[in-house]
Amino acid sequence: MKLSLGPLLYYWPREAVLAFYREAAAWPVDTVYLGETVCSRRRELKLADWLAIGEALAAAGKEVVLSTYELIESDADLRTMHAVAGNGAFRVEANDMAAARALSGKGPFVAGPFLNVYNAGTLALLAELGATRWVAPVELSREGISAVVAEAPAGMETEIFAYGRLPLAVSARCFTARYNNLTKDHCEFRCIEHPDGLALDTQDGQHFLVLNGVQTQSASVQSLVSELGPARAAGANVLRLSPQSRRMGDVVAVFREALDGTLAPRDAAARLAPLMPADPCDGYWHGQPGILNLAKEVAA
Amino acid sequence: MNALPQPAPRAMKLVCPAGTPPALKLAVDNGADDVYLGFKDETNARNFAGLNFDDKSIREGIGYAHRKGAQVLVALNTYPQPGTWRKWQAAVDRAADLGVDAVIVADAGLLAYAAKAHPQLRLHLSVQGSATSHEAITFYHEHFGIRRAVLPRVLSVEQAEKVIARTPVEIEVFGFGSLSIMVEGRCALSSYATGESPNTHGGCSPAKAIRWQQSPRGLESRLGGVLIDRFGEEDHPGYPTLCRGRFVVNGDTYYPFEEPTSLNTLELLPRLQAMGVAAIKIEGRQRSPVYVETVTRVWREALDDCARDRERFRVKPAWQAALAGISEGHQCTLGAYHRPWK
Repeated sequence: MKLSLGPLLYYWPREAVLAFYREAAAWPVDTVYLGETVCSRRRELKLADWLAIGEALAAAGKEVVLSTYELIESDADLRTMHAVAGNGAFRVEANDMAAARALSGKGPFVAGPFLNVYNAGTLALLAELGATRWVAPVELSREGISAVVAEAPAGMETEIFAYGRLPLAVSARCFTARYNNLTKDHCEFRCIEHPDGLALDTQDGQHFLVLNGVQTQSASVQSLVSELGPARAAGANVLRLSPQSRRMGDVVAVFREALDGTLAPRDAAARLAPLMPADPCDGYWHGQPGILNLAKEVAA
Repeated sequence: MNALPQPAPRAMKLVCPAGTPPALKLAVDNGADDVYLGFKDETNARNFAGLNFDDKSIREGIGYAHRKGAQVLVALNTYPQPGTWRKWQAAVDRAADLGVDAVIVADAGLLAYAAKAHPQLRLHLSVQGSATSHEAITFYHEHFGIRRAVLPRVLSVEQAEKVIARTPVEIEVFGFGSLSIMVEGRCALSSYATGESPNTHGGCSPAKAIRWQQSPRGLESRLGGVLIDRFGEEDHPGYPTLCRGRFVVNGDTYYPFEEPTSLNTLELLPRLQAMGVAAIKIEGRQRSPVYVETVTRVWREALDDCARDRERFRVKPAWQAALAGISEGHQCTLGAYHRPWK
């Protein structure tokens, strides 16, 4: 199995992003997904900047993939999507059907996690258009992924969301702006104040979700580090690790060692725990509510 | 990408929900052009106990609707889950055999099957298909020949107008009912808390996952064990849909996503008609026959007024009063159609 660094879902200052990817060049990941996928108002980096980062990472031996927006609303969004799709240098991950159409028949692309591939019928269709890798929706269980893989077209790679806060929903409304009593059009780019999302708790104090602009994520951090054997058995070829603001390189290292067999699953989980911005969860993988952490129950 | 020549605006069709046979009859009797319904299983996004249709009631419903000039659409708008693909395929076959006027489908693979196996069957792209641009809609048109697409409730009026001008596909928009805050087809909040979502099981915030508890701090609603809201004596406890909950952000307790409120676009009707909207959808297959009767009656009258003379169209206070009585939270909003909502 390969390791990938998923697209950066948060809004970080330009220098922080550049520093993050300078470091990532030395991390033991095989693939790096780049680009803004969440909000078209986030412009610390332009496409040219992402391409330059991509070139540096490619020179360091990484496979580079550019990701498109998960929600397209305006003509400007469509133009950006087309610029990404036609970048000419790197493979592209399509995150909506307009992007899949733009990429279709033009060589291999990645069917992103927001394309809603829940079954082999849809995957076969995307394969005909040129998809050579699909990223399972976060809701899909190990059993579900395994069933899709069993009927997947030959050569299709399967990528799963193995680490990070789960991107659960997207809206036209910006919830970070709403929290600040601002509208999206005048949001003052407040997302930049929350490098791992803005925490949302229940009234009885449970850490439940985080607000990330128009995107809503889980507060808990999904981790499948104890499930690498079952993931391999289910047919996963690529494990996606979703960027966080602190100690991401250490997270990657734990997964790498666990994959290489130099770190036992239980030890890997223990080493990962202090690196996580919140408690772990893995319910979706087991066909349960995503918020649950079944690894803990097994260990206990 | 060139704009297509704009035909003269036609009267917009009124598309009404039916969760039960009595609701279907009331929708037809009160002037629905299209009535949409679902089978009694997870092939549709209102898979709730006591709701939906078996073959006999669909046949009777189609007969009743056709005698009165209305059409029946079947929603197969969830995502076929791995390993149970046959079930969704069979649902398409069943809808075609029953002679429904169209199926409303979200999943690309299922659309591919329907287009191949039943070339005569009219296909509508469900709102759950998350097609938010004319290019996404064109994808479904090129591949499956969809005839109508339902727009997710995320576009402003200006954005919706641009989509309509650039696609030959009929566009249906939401006019009234419960307001989805998240992009339809792109929300897993419900499964995060309960294991079931609209995409996977055909329901958001399923009833079986709900617990009501009286506590010293008020009446509490929980979903999959997660506290969604807490109500004092002055509050009106609503259904604990996750995105209508009150939560705490940096010490502030408020509705981080949306207040309990309904979408109501009556005042936009002249604009929607002028820009070429083909159909107006009323949400609410889970609502009572009285709801269906009231909404259909009001919207029929409003659409007829608008079609007669859209320049002089005025929203009647009696309509608003009737709709306010059945609205969630007794409040209404224009949602994303009105840009500052975003």
